[in-house]
Amino acid sequence: MNIVVCLKQVPDTNEVKIDPKTGTLIREGVPSIINPDDKNALEESLRLKDAHGAHVTVISMGPPQAEKALREALAMGADEAILVSDRAFAGADTLATSHALAATLKKLDYDIVFAGRQAIDGDTAQVGPEIAEHLNLAQITYVEKVDVIEGGLKVRRAWEDGYEDIEVKTPVLLTAIKELNEPRYMNIKSIFEMFQTKEVKVWSAADIGADISLLGLKGSPTKVKKSMTKEPKGKGELIQLPAGEAALYVVSKLKENHYI
Amino acid sequence: MNLEDYKGVWVFAEQRDGELQKISFELLGKGREIADKLGEELTAVLLGDKTDDMVKELVAYGADKVIVASSPLLGHFTTDAYAKVICDLANERKPEIIFVGATYLGRDLGPRISARLATGLTADCTSLDIDTENNNLMMTRPAFGGNLMATIVCGDHRPQMATIRPGVFEKLAKDANRSCPVEKVTVNLKESDIRTKSIEVVKVAQVLADIGEANIIVSGGRGVGSKENFALLEKLAVTLDGVVGASRAAVENGWIDKAVQVGQTGKTVRPTVYIACGISGAIQHLAGMQDSDFIIAINKDATAPIMKAADVAVAGDFLKVIPEMIAQINTLRNK
Repeated sequence: MNIVVCLKQVPDTNEVKIDPKTGTLIREGVPSIINPDDKNALEESLRLKDAHGAHVTVISMGPPQAEKALREALAMGADEAILVSDRAFAGADTLATSHALAATLKKLDYDIVFAGRQAIDGDTAQVGPEIAEHLNLAQITYVEKVDVIEGGLKVRRAWEDGYEDIEVKTPVLLTAIKELNEPRYMNIKSIFEMFQTKEVKVWSAADIGADISLLGLKGSPTKVKKSMTKEPKGKGELIQLPAGEAALYVVSKLKENHYI
Repeated sequence: MNLEDYKGVWVFAEQRDGELQKISFELLGKGREIADKLGEELTAVLLGDKTDDMVKELVAYGADKVIVASSPLLGHFTTDAYAKVICDLANERKPEIIFVGATYLGRDLGPRISARLATGLTADCTSLDIDTENNNLMMTRPAFGGNLMATIVCGDHRPQMATIRPGVFEKLAKDANRSCPVEKVTVNLKESDIRTKSIEVVKVAQVLADIGEANIIVSGGRGVGSKENFALLEKLAVTLDGVVGASRAAVENGWIDKAVQVGQTGKTVRPTVYIACGISGAIQHLAGMQDSDFIIAINKDATAPIMKAADVAVAGDFLKVIPEMIAQINTLRNK
């Protein structure tokens, strides 16, 4: 079985702070991590490898420093790592990103393409299904359980109010959520192997043979027109009213902000 | 691509088990406003099996037209079947805008459609408007874990697509006397088009053991006074689809389980709404909840530190204020 895991290196958004003076994001010193949902996808792939035998390849589109995320994946037990990196990818929205990753996948063998549901810096959950579309694969998103069955997989996908068990033949693209598993740590043997025998390959836009008009800014139908930090919290208001009126005010505020 | 060929606003009418989801009406509400700004038609696109009753509702909630694809193969959602039917329709009729709910279903289907139509998709929008200069759709969404708001445009591709968070926009008032054209389209689907096979769908009662996951937290402190009084907080939490939290003092008094403790020695939470009742707001507690989007404090002492951390600080007795809140929320919901 061949599994390809799509990883993204992301800034740890829990560590992102707003500069109170300028109202802009402070990006310096924010650690980069493997996107959490992607790590669940990797972990599940490694478990399938442990249980059934598989070759696990991790791929990532990103700047040269994203190599670190791929090295971590190798140290967790992935067999092969490819960083797809090129200036031609700069400014890519989800569609352009999915074209680059789909072109990369076309160069590889896979029975399962495993991605995280969404990345914490964008939260779009789009790249997985878009890759599936370009490769004409069946897709199952929000995956919280995977079992190997004759000729394919039995997959549990989460719904807001429960779950659904689905059978599917391979090849298939799955997107993982955190309920799927608890990712392992890097282990000594794999770290050793990573430095001794494994390398992170770097592929350019030319290497993946993608249509250049579909990549980067040029291949991105969506553009950011403007961005702004959330309004800094103003001074709160003190309400000194009889209980009924105070409650009315609070409920109207909840309603006004669409919390109820 | 000739942008002028694309006209009209489409709303994907999401149903599950033959029941239209609330988001469908919210999309119609916002879609109505956008269609009016453009002077174009608002179309609800419904896929399902046994669809007659659902069609009536879509008409009553503001659609100018309903397109219905009805087939036993569409009763239950599959990515393959739904994407095929919608993309075939969109390719033929060229809508200018398509809105889809940012539900688990919509976030599965939306990108599959946009990729096939080779257009852009903006996820999880919380605000939408039309740029009066060029009639482009302006789609605003949170990014960077909610630290940033970005306005996205899809200027030279059509249709412009967005998924929209449930609960953000309001539905219109139901008007059962409205009428509009309903078009039933031929469904061109084979069983073999669907590559996934649903084995079982299971509904699970919501268990929110982890307060870190909750959108709304009703939290109590020393001022709550007793285990019995916590039941009142629980009641408000249930009304708001939230959960109960507590300060260290309330936990140490044995009024509530330690698992829900918020603060430095408990959990750090950042729900959308945090309602602090009878909590003075020690720095250790504030550290665990001050990043919440909207903080309401109810405390007898108007000078307590929590009151300064709150967006709305009510000086008063929660035992009196909360029952009023519950009653008013219920009235509002039953409207």
